[in-house]
Amino acid sequence: MTTPTHAAPKTIYDKIWDAHVVDTSEDGTCLLYIDRHLVHEVTSPQAFEGLRMTGRTVRAPEKTIAVPDHNVPTTEGRDIRIDNEESRIQVDALDKNARDFKINYYPVSDIRQGIVHIVGPEQGWTLPGMTVVCGDSHTATHGAFGALAHGIGTSEVEHVLATQTLIQKKSKNMKVEITGRLRPGVTAKDITLSVIGETGTAGGTGYVIEYCGEAIRELSMEGRMTVCNMAIEGGARAGLIAPDEKTFAYVMGRPHAPKGAQWEAALAWWKTLFTDEGAHFDKVVTLRGEDIAPVVTWGTSPEDVLPITAVVPAPESFTGGKVEAAQRALDYMGLTAGQKLTDIKIDTVFIGSCTNGRIEDLRAAAAILKGKKIAVKRAMVVPGSGLVRAQAEEEGLAQIFLDAGFEWRLAGCSMCLAMNPDQLSPGERCAATSNRNFEGRQGRGGRTHLMSPAMAAAAAITGHLTDVREMMAEPAEAI
Amino acid sequence: MPTPPLWDQQKAMDKFTTLTGIAAPMPLLNIDTDMIIPKQFLKTIKRSGLGVNLFDEMRYNQDGSEKPDFVLNQPAYRSAEIIVAGDNFGCGSSREHAPWALLDFGIRCVISTSFADIFFSNCFKNGILPVVLPQEAVEALMDDAKKGANARITVDLESQTVTGSDGTTYAFEVDAFKKHCLLNGLDDIGLTLEKVTAIDSFEGQAAQSRPWV
Repeated sequence: MTTPTHAAPKTIYDKIWDAHVVDTSEDGTCLLYIDRHLVHEVTSPQAFEGLRMTGRTVRAPEKTIAVPDHNVPTTEGRDIRIDNEESRIQVDALDKNARDFKINYYPVSDIRQGIVHIVGPEQGWTLPGMTVVCGDSHTATHGAFGALAHGIGTSEVEHVLATQTLIQKKSKNMKVEITGRLRPGVTAKDITLSVIGETGTAGGTGYVIEYCGEAIRELSMEGRMTVCNMAIEGGARAGLIAPDEKTFAYVMGRPHAPKGAQWEAALAWWKTLFTDEGAHFDKVVTLRGEDIAPVVTWGTSPEDVLPITAVVPAPESFTGGKVEAAQRALDYMGLTAGQKLTDIKIDTVFIGSCTNGRIEDLRAAAAILKGKKIAVKRAMVVPGSGLVRAQAEEEGLAQIFLDAGFEWRLAGCSMCLAMNPDQLSPGERCAATSNRNFEGRQGRGGRTHLMSPAMAAAAAITGHLTDVREMMAEPAEAI
Repeated sequence: MPTPPLWDQQKAMDKFTTLTGIAAPMPLLNIDTDMIIPKQFLKTIKRSGLGVNLFDEMRYNQDGSEKPDFVLNQPAYRSAEIIVAGDNFGCGSSREHAPWALLDFGIRCVISTSFADIFFSNCFKNGILPVVLPQEAVEALMDDAKKGANARITVDLESQTVTGSDGTTYAFEVDAFKKHCLLNGLDDIGLTLEKVTAIDSFEGQAAQSRPWV
């Protein structure tokens, strides 16, 4: 409802959307301007080939940023030669496309190379109020800055390259509020997994989520990126958080952030990017921060979430098609209903990914691992970028991981999606800080349990899923 | 609607008007894009040739032999052109390799109660029609599909209807612009480039109001 003197209250999504509409058709289909286009080697070759076939070019190369991350090995020597021929061809293709079309590029030989969703914010390409797209579903990560960011397919990558726009219909508004404060041992990863556990993997379909509430405000920028990163696992088009002083402090001074008078002008606009009092949300989900426990996934969907203190659920405890899906998940995961989650033995630990490959994640894992040894067959840390890796080495974190028995790798997506040589074998069970526990995701027959970096570190030490709160310096009150 | 220039016609997708074909039942919930096309097949720099690896891990044993129980390996469904699927089909990654693999196998239509957002959009860019129907309708069509090759389902995009083998017809909704592009096999980059003046003008204004972008 509008009044004569005031505009209708808007959500932050409404405001960013309205600021980017180039054209609206009669049926409501919009042409939306794209401020930043991130590109990686796996979903872009066909798009660049399309441009060449049609004689088109990249409309805004200065707003386009490319980095190889999905299939690059995370071992030394990759800047000289990538052994897997198909991977090498894709990385070479990105190299050539970046040069031919004169787009910003961070090759594997550059210390700034890393996972595209970590590099973008780190270099200051991602700024509040922007529209950000990438041929990757975890583009929602950038929503942590109060940007409208989402994944697109390769045809849309080509569309954005050629026109710097996307054909879009506006999504509905959804509010996810986390009230109060988190208890010790509970992290951003536990928030985002708990939300998906609550809404289901399709609960956000058709919506853009705004995460808000005291527990979200209290999170660092790294934590906010973890929360927004997994909006897609809840089915949402995007997830975002209104920018505040923490956001501005993170952005200030980054290589591609505005400077001087432009910084002041940008800041003035960014400060208007919040949801107005009385703005309409089509769906609201509220969780109490105090009720969130350290969680793990037990099944093969990110919605299969339970507190670490729980037991493996019985398929009959579900309804509809989920009964069959849960039985299939238990068979695939090699688990029995009623089994305590903390009794599940772990073979491998993977710390990294666009969900949890930032410096704060490595600090959280190292704090648990300091002075301890792993009790699993293998454990690896894959920093999200070369700069995160360098910082972790400088802070002494790398040595803690190495002393504990972890492999210390170069930056990339690695075992999150296992396109490179970092893969699980059939039946191998992994405690992972990544975002998907789908069948075969980390390698054919591989079994994935998703959790926070601190929880993954705890599992590495004990060799089974473990409540990290039992390992913390001060015993925390169990929930 | 103006005729697209020659170069658009060369790469335009297949039109979708009507389709009568065998439907394969896949009642599993949350069939994700890693199931549709596992990551090892994403290393291609082409769009074609992915059909043989569609549903690879569900369809083949580790030694490459077929799993006889898998629906698309059963004689009745080897030439299926439609899939009737459980809720939230296509969730997971943005990989357009998923619709490319479906198309390469010969699937032109997927029917479910819901689809993941990016997959849904990717289908329309590749001449595949994703049809959303209510639970009861999907269940009826699923039962129909389970009858095998004798049960042929008809999907008519123009009239926005799906007709089961017993003649029952179900109406579905589809976005008008997406329908238009699919019916005519249009390349939407060509359509957007007709609005290049509006893009130029937006960019000019944004350079003033948000010069830091």
